[in-house]
Amino acid sequence: MGADAEKAEPLSGLQPGQRGRILAIDVGGANKGRIMEMGFTVGTVIEVVRFAPLGDPMEFKVRGAHVSLRKADAAGVRVQRI
Amino acid sequence: MAESIQVFRSIAIAGNPNTGKSTIFNLLTGMRQKVGNYPGVTVEKKTGRFYGSHGEVMELLDLPGSYSLQVRSPDEAVSRDVLLGRVPGTPRPDAIIAVLDASNLDRHLYLVAQFLELEIPLIVALNMVDVAEERGLSIDLLALRDRLGVPVIPMVASRGQGIIELKQALSRATLHNSDRKAQLPIVLEREVAALSRILKCHSGSVRPEAMLLLSLEDDRLAAEVRGDTALLAEIHAARERLKLSGLDPIAAPVDARYAWVSEVCASVIHRRGEDSHGLTFSDHVDQILTHKLWGWLAFVAMMALMFVCIFVVAQAPMDWIRAGIQALAKWAGAHLPEGDLRSLIVDGVIGGVGNVVVFLPQILILFFFLGLLEDSGYMARAAFIMDRLMSRVGLHGKSFVPLLSSFACAIPGIMATRTIENRNDRFVTILVAPLMSCSARLPVYAIMIALLMPASNVWSKAGVMLCMYLLGILAAFVMAGLLKKTLLRSETPMLLLELPPYRAPVVRGIVQRMWERAVIFLRRAGTVILALSVILWALLNYPKPSTPDPTPSETLAHSLGGRMGHAIEPVIAPLGYDWKIGIGLVASFAAREVFVSTMGQIYNIEDADEENEDLRTQMRDERRADGTPVFTPLVCLSIMVFYVLAMQCISTVAIVRRETNSWRWPLFQIAYMTVLAWIGAFVVYQGGRMFGFQ
Repeated sequence: MGADAEKAEPLSGLQPGQRGRILAIDVGGANKGRIMEMGFTVGTVIEVVRFAPLGDPMEFKVRGAHVSLRKADAAGVRVQRI
Repeated sequence: MAESIQVFRSIAIAGNPNTGKSTIFNLLTGMRQKVGNYPGVTVEKKTGRFYGSHGEVMELLDLPGSYSLQVRSPDEAVSRDVLLGRVPGTPRPDAIIAVLDASNLDRHLYLVAQFLELEIPLIVALNMVDVAEERGLSIDLLALRDRLGVPVIPMVASRGQGIIELKQALSRATLHNSDRKAQLPIVLEREVAALSRILKCHSGSVRPEAMLLLSLEDDRLAAEVRGDTALLAEIHAARERLKLSGLDPIAAPVDARYAWVSEVCASVIHRRGEDSHGLTFSDHVDQILTHKLWGWLAFVAMMALMFVCIFVVAQAPMDWIRAGIQALAKWAGAHLPEGDLRSLIVDGVIGGVGNVVVFLPQILILFFFLGLLEDSGYMARAAFIMDRLMSRVGLHGKSFVPLLSSFACAIPGIMATRTIENRNDRFVTILVAPLMSCSARLPVYAIMIALLMPASNVWSKAGVMLCMYLLGILAAFVMAGLLKKTLLRSETPMLLLELPPYRAPVVRGIVQRMWERAVIFLRRAGTVILALSVILWALLNYPKPSTPDPTPSETLAHSLGGRMGHAIEPVIAPLGYDWKIGIGLVASFAAREVFVSTMGQIYNIEDADEENEDLRTQMRDERRADGTPVFTPLVCLSIMVFYVLAMQCISTVAIVRRETNSWRWPLFQIAYMTVLAWIGAFVVYQGGRMFGFQ
C-alpha cells in the first residue's frame, strides 16, 4: 500500500472530466457499505461528471451508472488519478 | 378475487429502482392488484395475480426497488425479510424475478449476486435490451444464462416485449436453484458456515441470514438479533477473527460480489465500436438541466408549470365537485324532514366530507406531476440541485419534493416522504410539511386580505399572500433545524443518489399509481374524516338552546363548540380575538377552510364563502363591546399568521398517524404547531400594538 498511499488523493479533489482508480474507502461506519454497494469498490475506475449548480454535491460515473455524493463524503474515497 | 383459489406459485419481483420493475408488474397483473400494508410497518405491500401459460394461478409480490439486500431503510428490511420468509402472513416466495437494466449490467448484477446467495429459484428479466443495443452493447444471452445458471428473458417492458416468454419461464413445472454464485474468500465462507449452524432455524434459509448478519453494520445488528446476547457475542467473535485474517466483514462480501460481476460482464458483454466514452442522450439533457444557469431556469419553470396546473387546471373540476356536493346537500335537505337528522346529514356528513373531497383534483394533478418527474428521472436531479440548500438544516435533497408538494396539500407531500431512507429525516420532513401553505389556507388568506386592505390593488394583495407563504417556508426550515438538533437528532444523512438515465415515462403506470393514491385518500375521507366530521357537527349543534326557533348563530353560541369558543377566550384574547373568532378556530380544527363558512354561520349569512360581499361587510362592521372594530388590520394579520402556522387539518393528522404508525407524532405535531401559531399571532398582535398599529 505504501507507494499507493503516496499517490492517493481524495475523490472530491478531482475536476469534472478527470478519472481516478479507487485505492481505499475511508468512510465511517454504516456509510461505507452503502457507498461500496453502489459500485465504489477498490480498483474501480471512477469519473467526475460535474458539480451541482451550488457547488455541492458531485456527480460521478461509476460502473456505467451516474451516482451523486456530497464532497464531504467523496473526500473519504481515496483515488489515484489516471 | 376469492381467497380460496389455489395459488400455484408465489413469486416476488425485485430489482434496482428505475429498472421498469413496476411496468413488468403491471403488464403481468393488469388491474388484478391489491395494495395493503405489511404488519407493523408502513411499507406498502403490493400484490397481484396472473395466470401462467397453462392457466395456473400465480401470486406476484412487488418488492420495493432497492440496490441491495443489506438493510438500510424500512423498504429494504421488508424486501430482505420477505425473501428470508420472516414476514408473518407472507409466505417465502417460490421464485424471484430479478429485473435488470441491460444497459447497466456492471452495477445491476450486484443484486443478482445477492439473490443467488438466497437459494431461491431465480429468473432474470433483462429489461431495456433496446437501450443496451443503442449504446453498442451486445449481450451474449446464452453465455449469461450459463454464468448465472438461471433463465434469462430479454425484454423491452415499455413496449410489452418479452412478457409472454417471461410468463412461460415462470410457468415451468419445476424451477431450480442455481448452483452458481460469487466465490467468497475462504475464511469468510467458513465463518458463514459456522454461524449458520448456530442460528436457530427460522422458517427461511439459514445461510443467507448468517451472511447478512455477519456483514451488518453495528447499529443495525443490535436491532436485528433482538436481545439475543449469545448470538451477538458469536457474531462479534466471528468478526474479530475475520479482521485478524485481514478481512473487513463489511467490505469483503461486497468486493467478492463485484469481482464476480466484473468477471461475468467481461465474458458476456461485447462492446461494438469506440463509443463507450461517448455522450448519451441523458448526458446531453443533463448538460442543460443541471447547468449552473439553465438548470435553475428549467427547475423554476417546471415547478411553476406544476403549480399553475394545480391551481388553474384543478379549478374547474373542483368547482364541479363543489357544485355536486352543494346539489347533493340541497337534494338531501329537500327530502329530509326538518330537524337534527337533516342537519347531521347535510351539514355534518355531506358538508364535512365534501370540504375534504373537494381537494381531490389538486391531489390527482399533483400526483400526476410527481409521477412524471419521478419516472422521467428528473426528480433525482431536483434533489441533486436542491441538496446544498436542504443540507443547511440537516435534511436530505430528497426532502425537497415532499415539502414542495405540501404547497398543494400536505397529504400527498407526507405520502411522498417514503423515498427518504433515514427514519429521523423522514419524520422531520413529515412534521414540518404542514407548515407549507397548502391550498386549504387560500380561502382564509383571501377573506382576511380582503378585510385587511379592501381598497388596495391586486399586486399588494398578492404581496401579502406571498409573505404568508414565505413565513411558512421560514418556519418549516427553522423547525426542521430545531427538530434535527433535539428530538430527532441524527447526522445530516449521507447523500447517495443515483441519477438514472432520462426515460419517457409510461403514462399508464403513472395513472394507475394516481388512482391508488386517490383510493387511499377517499378511503380516509370515508372513514376517519367522516367520523370526525360527525363529532365536530355534534359539537357545534349540541346542546340546543331552549328558546323556540333559534337562529343558527344562537344554536352555535349555545353549543359545546360555542362554549369552547368562550372558554378559550382568555387564551386567545392576547392574540386580539373575541369568542366568535374562537368558535371559528374550534370549528376549523378539522379543516382550515371551514373558518370561512363558520364565520358565515355566526353572522347568519347563507352560502358564505370568501367572495361573499355580505360576509365581508358584516365582518368589517363587527364591533366589540367598547365599540371598536373586531377585525382591525392587526387582528386580520394575526389570524393569517395563526393559520400559516397551525395544524388545523384532520386529514393530515390521519395521514401522519398512518405514516408514522403511532399517535405520538401526530399529537406532538398538533401541539407544537398550535403553540407556534399562538406565539406567532401573539408576536404580530402585541408587537404591532407596541409600535402603535391597530
